Amino acid sequence: MAGIVFEARDVTKVYHTGDVEVHALRGVDVDLYEGEMAVLLGPSGSGKSTFLNILGGLDHATSGFVRFRDHMLSELGEGGLTRYRRDHVGFVFQFYNLIPSLTALENVALVTEIARDPMKPAEALALVGLEERASHFPAQLSGGEQQRVAIARAIAKQPDVLLCDEPTGALDSKTGVRVLEALDAVNRELGTATAIITHNAGIQAIAHRVFFFADGRIVDTIVNDTRVPPSEVTW
Amino acid sequence: MILRRPLDRKLFRDLLHIWAQALAIAMVMASGVATLILAVGAQGSLEEIRSTYYERFRFADVFATVTRAPGFVREQLLTVDGVSAVETRIAQFALLDIPGMVEPANSIVLSLPDHRETAVNRLYMKTGRTPEPGRADEVTVNEAFALAHGFTLGSPFEAILNGRKRTLTIVGIALSPEYVYALGPGDLVPDDRRFAVLWMSEEALAGLFDLEGAFNSVLIKLLNGVNERDVIGAVDAILARYGSTGAYGREDQISHAFLDGELRQLDALARVIPPIFLAVSAFLINMILSRLIALEREQIGLLKALGYGRLAVATHYFKLILAITAVGILIGFAGGTWLGRGLTRLYADFFHFPFLIFRIDPAVYALAAGVTVLAGLAGGLRSVWSAASMPPAVAMQPPAPPRYRRLWFELTGMGRLVSQLTMMAVRNLFRWPLRAALTILGVAMSAALLVTSLSPLDSLDDMIDITYYRTERQDATITFTDEKGPAALLEAARLPGVMQAESELAVPVRLKNGHLFRRLAIVGKPRELELSRILDADQRSVAVPESGLLISERVAEVLDLKEGDMAEIEILEGRRGTVYAPVRRIIRAYFGLTVYMSEDALADMLDEGPRLSGVHVIYDRAEENALYRAIKALPGAASIALRKVSLQKFRETINENINIMISVYIVLGVVITFGVVYNSARIQLSERGRELASLRVLGFTRREVASVLMIQLVIIVVLAQPLGWVLGYGFSWTTNQAFSSDLYTVPFIVTPVSYARASLIVIAAAFVSAMIVRRRIDTLDLIAVLKTRE
Repeated sequence: MAGIVFEARDVTKVYHTGDVEVHALRGVDVDLYEGEMAVLLGPSGSGKSTFLNILGGLDHATSGFVRFRDHMLSELGEGGLTRYRRDHVGFVFQFYNLIPSLTALENVALVTEIARDPMKPAEALALVGLEERASHFPAQLSGGEQQRVAIARAIAKQPDVLLCDEPTGALDSKTGVRVLEALDAVNRELGTATAIITHNAGIQAIAHRVFFFADGRIVDTIVNDTRVPPSEVTW
Repeated sequence: MILRRPLDRKLFRDLLHIWAQALAIAMVMASGVATLILAVGAQGSLEEIRSTYYERFRFADVFATVTRAPGFVREQLLTVDGVSAVETRIAQFALLDIPGMVEPANSIVLSLPDHRETAVNRLYMKTGRTPEPGRADEVTVNEAFALAHGFTLGSPFEAILNGRKRTLTIVGIALSPEYVYALGPGDLVPDDRRFAVLWMSEEALAGLFDLEGAFNSVLIKLLNGVNERDVIGAVDAILARYGSTGAYGREDQISHAFLDGELRQLDALARVIPPIFLAVSAFLINMILSRLIALEREQIGLLKALGYGRLAVATHYFKLILAITAVGILIGFAGGTWLGRGLTRLYADFFHFPFLIFRIDPAVYALAAGVTVLAGLAGGLRSVWSAASMPPAVAMQPPAPPRYRRLWFELTGMGRLVSQLTMMAVRNLFRWPLRAALTILGVAMSAALLVTSLSPLDSLDDMIDITYYRTERQDATITFTDEKGPAALLEAARLPGVMQAESELAVPVRLKNGHLFRRLAIVGKPRELELSRILDADQRSVAVPESGLLISERVAEVLDLKEGDMAEIEILEGRRGTVYAPVRRIIRAYFGLTVYMSEDALADMLDEGPRLSGVHVIYDRAEENALYRAIKALPGAASIALRKVSLQKFRETINENINIMISVYIVLGVVITFGVVYNSARIQLSERGRELASLRVLGFTRREVASVLMIQLVIIVVLAQPLGWVLGYGFSWTTNQAFSSDLYTVPFIVTPVSYARASLIVIAAAFVSAMIVRRRIDTLDLIAVLKTRE
C-alpha cells in the first residue's frame, strides 16, 4: 500500500453566522493515499466542500485534526497555510478563477514563478492539450478550455495533491469529459493524489475510491476494483 | 429617519455600505464648498466693510500734496466740477521717542480743523476726544499704535516736531479710513509699534511748522459718477504753483491699494481653488457610481422587470448623489464659515477697521451649494443614464467580460522582465485608460494645489534675499523733511557709530510713455554705490549710468518701456516741466515703482546743485543706542527705516499668516489625495476582489496580493507627480498674477524644494490611504469567491 498523504481524524467544522450555528462537518475520519484518485460525492450542504477546503488549507477544522504528511494542518497559522498551499496544493474550481488580465500561458506562469520545482508553463499547457491557445486571454477561451488552463495552472508546480471542487460543474458533458481526461492523465502520469468533488454520480467510476457525504459525515465508501476511463463516462 | 419606500431604504443601506467612500467624496466636495464660501464670502465681507467704512467716514477720492498753499485755495478747489467736499490740512513726518523703546519710532502728524467738523477722512473715535484747538501738547493717536505700547488716555510720549522735542499727551484714540493698513516709511508690512498716526490741532501744528494760514495736504471727496481724471487735471492746474507733486486717486493711496490687493487675491483664490475640488468630486462621483451600478446590474434588471420605469431608476441613483452632495455641502458650510471667521480674525490683526463683521451673503451659500450639486450630477450623469436606459433582459445577464490586450511595451520584449503580478497591474491600468488618466489627474490636482500653496514661500524668500541682502544692504535709512545740501551727508557720516553713509535724492515725477503714465519718484544715486546696490533682471550688479534711467521690471511692464526707449518725465517739484531720458537698463526691484538715475544727472535735470533727501548708513552695532539718541535729536529727520527691525517684522508676519494658510492647504491637498486614492483602491478591490482572493488561494501571500493593487497605485501616484508639477506651475502663475501690484511685485518662483514638498505630502497621504485599503485585502474571504461566478 502506498504511503498516506492525508490523515483526517474526527474533523468537525461549525460556522457561526449571527446567532445560528451550522454544523458543516460532524466528525470525518479518512486517509488518502499517494497516487490515489478519490471522488467525494454528496448533495449540496453535505460538507464535502468544507472538507476539501480544510484539506487545501483554506480553512481550519473546529476540532479533530488533519495531517498532511508530517505537517499538522490544524496547527498552521495564516502564513503557514499560505506556504502549504503554495508548495503542495493544486486547486481547480468550478468557475476556473483565472486571472482575466493574464493570457493562458501567463496564468500558468503566475504559479510557476513562485513554485519550488515547477515544470515549464508551456509543458503544463501541452499536458492539457492547449499549447495552441497559450497567448489567448481567458475571455477568448471556451469554458472547457478555461478549465483546462486552470488544471495546467494547478499541476504546473508539480503539486503533491490536486484538489478539484466541481471541476465540471459549469461545463456540458462533452467538455466535462475532456477536463476529466486531463485530470486522469495527470493522476496517472505524474502520480498526483487527486480529490474531486462532484454531485454528479456518473463521475465516481473514474476513481479508486468514492466517499459519500451526507449531513457532515462520510456515510459510505466504495472501492472501485477497476477504474473506467473518463471517455466512457456519461451524464 | 423613516423611509417608507423600499427603494429609499435600499438607498439608505447602500449609503451605509459605502459610507467611507461616500464620506471621502463628501469631504472633497466640502473642501470646494468651504474654499468658495471662504474666498467669495471673505471678499464680499471685506468689500462691504470697506465701503461702509469709507462711506460713513467720508474717505477721500483724490489726494494731493503741496509744499505750502494758502488757506483760500480750499475755496478754489471747492469750485472744481465734480468736487463735493475738500479738506486741507498739514501733514508732517516726525520721529517719536517712546519710553522704553531704544530705537526711534516713525509717525505722520496730521492736522484736524479746529473750529469746524472734518469734511473728509473723519475719525472714528474709539475713546477720548480730539485735541483742543491750539493745544500743542495734546494728541489723538491711532488705536493700533496705542495698543502696541499699552497707551491709554493720558499716556505721554515725546515727538521731535520740526527739530524740537515735545511731550505729547494722548487725549483720544481713533481709527481712520486712511490708515486701515498703516504702513510706516521703509517698512514692508505694518509695524504698529514703530509707526504712529497722530492727529493734532491745526492751529497748534501750523504754529510748530510755520504753516499758519497754509496747508500742505489736500483731500477731496467727489460727487457720484464724476470722472476722477478730469478732477485730477483741474486740481493739478490749481495746485501746481504751490509745489504739488500731482493729485492721485485711491488706487495710489497705500492703505486702499493694499486692501485692493487682498481683495484681488481672494478673487484669484475663488477662481482657482474651488473648481479643482468640484472637478475632482465630479470624477469621484462618476467612479463610485459606475461601480455601484455595475454591482447592482441585476437589481436594476429586476426593478425594471417589476415595472419600475427609467425615471424611477434614474431618480434613485440621483438621490444617492444628492445625499452624498448634501453631506459635503453641510460640512463645507460649517468649514467655510469657520475658516471665514478665522480669516476675519487675521484681518482684524492686519487691517484696522472700526468694525469687522463676517457676514456672508446667503447667495454665496446658495452659489456654493448650487455648483456642488451640479458637479455631482454632472459626474453621475453618464452612469445614471446607462443604468436607466439598460433593457431589463440585458441588465439581468452578467456584463461582458473585460477584454484585455497585450501592450505595446510587451512587444519590445520588456514584458518578459516583469512579474505576472506587475503585468496584471499594468494591463489593468491600460484596460480602463480614461479612468486611469482621470485618477492620475485627480492625484495631480492635489500636488498642484500644494505647489500653488507652497510656492509663495519661494517668492517671499527671493523677495527677502534680493531686497534685504543683495540690494538694500544698509542698516538704516534716514529721510529728511526737506531736501538738504551735501553737508547733510557729512553730518550723517559723523553720527556716532556710522561707518559709511550714502546719499539719495527722491524726486516726484510723472513717468510717461505715450498715454501710459505712473506717479513715482526718481531716486538719484551716487555713481559709485557702496551700501545700496542695483541688480539687473539677471541679478548681476549694475553700475549707475552717467545719464539715463534704470527702471524696474514692474515699471517697464506697466509703462511698456524697453531698454533704449525714451521715457517722458514730468517733474513735479522745483522747476517743474517735462524732459526726456533714455531707459538704460531694466533692473530687479520688488517694492514700489523703482526708477534710478545718477544723482548728478538728476541734479542737472532739475537745474539745481547737488542735494539729497535721505541717507543710507551702516553703523557699528556697539554704538547703536548712541546713534539712536543722536538721530532722535537730528533736526530735519523725518523718518528712519531700520533694516533689521523691518525684516524681522516681515518674517514674523509671513510666519503668522502664510503658515496658517499653508496648513489649510495641506489639509485640503490631503483631502483630495485621500478621496482619489482611497476610492480608486476600494473600487479596484471591489472589482478585483475575486481575482485577488484567487491569488491567495493559489498560495500568494497577503503582501504579494496587496502588491498587485499597490503597484497600480504607485504607477498612478508617480505619474501624477510631474503632471501635478506642471499644473501647479500653471496655478501658481495664475495666483501670482493677482499678487503683484504697483506697491510690490511678487516674483514668480517655484523652487524644486516646493515641488518636492508637495510630492512628499501627496505620497504620504496616498500611502496612508493605500494602507487603509490594504487591511481589507488581508480579510478577503477566500472561500466565498470560489463558489461564485464573477
